[in-house]
Amino acid sequence: MAETYFTKEHEWVKIKEGIASVGITEYAAHQLGDVTFVELPQVGKTVKQFQVLCAIESVKAASDIYSPVSGTVTKVNEALEDRPEIVNEAAEDAGWMAWIEMSDPSEVKALMDRAAYDEYLRGLE
Amino acid sequence: MSHTRENAMEQLQSTPLLAEHERLKALLAPFGGWNMPIQYEGIIAEHRWCREKAALFDICHMGEFLYKGDLEAGGLEDVFTFSVKTIPVGRSRYGFLLNDVGGVIDDLIVFRLGEDEAMIVVNAATIANDFAVIQSRLKDGALFANISADTGKLDLQGPLARQVLVDAFGPEIGQIPYFKFIRTTILGVEAIVSRTGYTGELGYELFLPADKVVELWNLLLADGRVKPAGLGARDVLRLEVGYSLYGSDIDEATTPLEAGLDAFVNFDKAFVGKDALLKQQREGVKRTKVAFQVGSRRSPRHHYEICFEGEGIGTVTSGVFSPMLGCGVGIGFVRPDVAALGAPLTIMHDKVSMEATVVELPFYKNGSLRS
Repeated sequence: MAETYFTKEHEWVKIKEGIASVGITEYAAHQLGDVTFVELPQVGKTVKQFQVLCAIESVKAASDIYSPVSGTVTKVNEALEDRPEIVNEAAEDAGWMAWIEMSDPSEVKALMDRAAYDEYLRGLE
Repeated sequence: MSHTRENAMEQLQSTPLLAEHERLKALLAPFGGWNMPIQYEGIIAEHRWCREKAALFDICHMGEFLYKGDLEAGGLEDVFTFSVKTIPVGRSRYGFLLNDVGGVIDDLIVFRLGEDEAMIVVNAATIANDFAVIQSRLKDGALFANISADTGKLDLQGPLARQVLVDAFGPEIGQIPYFKFIRTTILGVEAIVSRTGYTGELGYELFLPADKVVELWNLLLADGRVKPAGLGARDVLRLEVGYSLYGSDIDEATTPLEAGLDAFVNFDKAFVGKDALLKQQREGVKRTKVAFQVGSRRSPRHHYEICFEGEGIGTVTSGVFSPMLGCGVGIGFVRPDVAALGAPLTIMHDKVSMEATVVELPFYKNGSLRS
C-alpha cells in the first residue's frame, strides 16, 4: 500500500518501497489552467527536498515544480512530452511526472497527509 | 493591504453581462480597468470552439464614439493615419491615432455610417484619452460624442457564425462581405452588424443598445453551435493570426512603421505624426517587429529577452502556446538587421531558454476569415 503526502506548493508524492512518484495536485492543475508544456527532469538527476525538480507551463503561467523528497530521478513520464494535457485530465494519477529513489525516508515528516492537505486547501479559500 | 485591494476592485467597471458571466462560472479578472471574463470552460477548449464552430465574446468594454458633421470641415479626415472620406458608406477601415512623434495612441476601426456620420471603435483602456485627443483635433461645428456606455458589443466568431446569425435574424446578414456592415433591426432595436473581428475566423461584431445585450447574449447561447469564450482564448486566437494587441505590441513609444503596419498608413493625406513617420522612413527604423516560432511547446511571454548569436537584440511583446501549430509562437521587437526570415533566435528568461526561428505572419494560415 502506497502512502500519499502533499506539499504546501501543491505537489503530491506516493511512496512505495522507497520509490516516490511525484506530480502536482488537482488543485494546482486547476489553478494553472490548460497545461501546455512539462519540462521533465533528467533521469539520474539528484534532487533535494523542496528544491526545483522540473517546470510546467500553462496558457496562463510558467511555474517551477518542487521535489517533495530528496533522492535520484529514476524514471520520467514521457507521455507528458506530447500530451501535457494529461496533467489536467488526471493530475494525481496518469499525470505523474517523475519517480524518485528516496535518499532519506524520514523526510515525509515535513509533508502533509491527505487530511492535512485538504485542511490546508480550505484555509486558502 | 486588503483595503487597498478593495479600493482597486471598486474602480473596476463591469459590462451589462457580469451576472451572466458569474452564472456561467467564468474566471473574472481585471483587463484595461474592466472586470472581464478570462475563461469559462478553459482557454484551449474555447479557442478550439472558435476555430471549429462559433464563439461568443463579451466585448462591451470597448469604446464607441459617434461623429456627425462634414468630414473635412469638421476635421475628422485629418485625425487618423487613413482617409475617412474615401471609406464608402457601409464599410469600415482599420488604422491608427498617432501622437506628434508617430507613436500609436490607439489602433481603431472607423465605420462610415453615412455621408456625414462615422462611428469610431477604440480599445477599452484608452477610451478617455482617445476621446480627448480626437476632440482636440476636431473643429467647431461637428458633433462628437462618447456613446460607449450606451453601446453594447458582442463578437460572434467562427466558421459557423454566419449560419447562426442567418438562422436567428434572416438572410441579409449572410450577404455581408469582409469589412462591410449593415444597419438592421435585431430584437426590435437598431443594430450594426459588421463582418469584422479579432480571431482570424469568419465572424461578426454586433453593436446594439447596452440594455439589449443580455437578451442577445442568451439568445445566441441558446444555439447549440455557440459557446462563450473569454479574453484568454481571444488573445491566443488573435496572436495566431498576428494581430497586434494595443498596450503590449503597440503603444505610444511604437510607430506603425516599426510594427510593420505601414499598410494602414496613408502618406497621401495629412495626419498628426506624419512628419515623424516620414523622417523615420528616410532614416530607417531602429527596431522592427519580428514574428517567431519556437521549436518546442514552450511559450514565450511578454518581456522575455530575444537573443541572436548570444547577444540580446530585443524583447518579446506577445507570446503564447499555439494550439493550432502545437508550439510556442510570439512577436517582439528587435534590431532590424537580424529580423530576416529564417534567422535563428533564442528566447531567454531566468533559467528558461528556447530556440526559435523568424517566420512570416500569420502563424496560422487556415482561418475561415474570408470564407
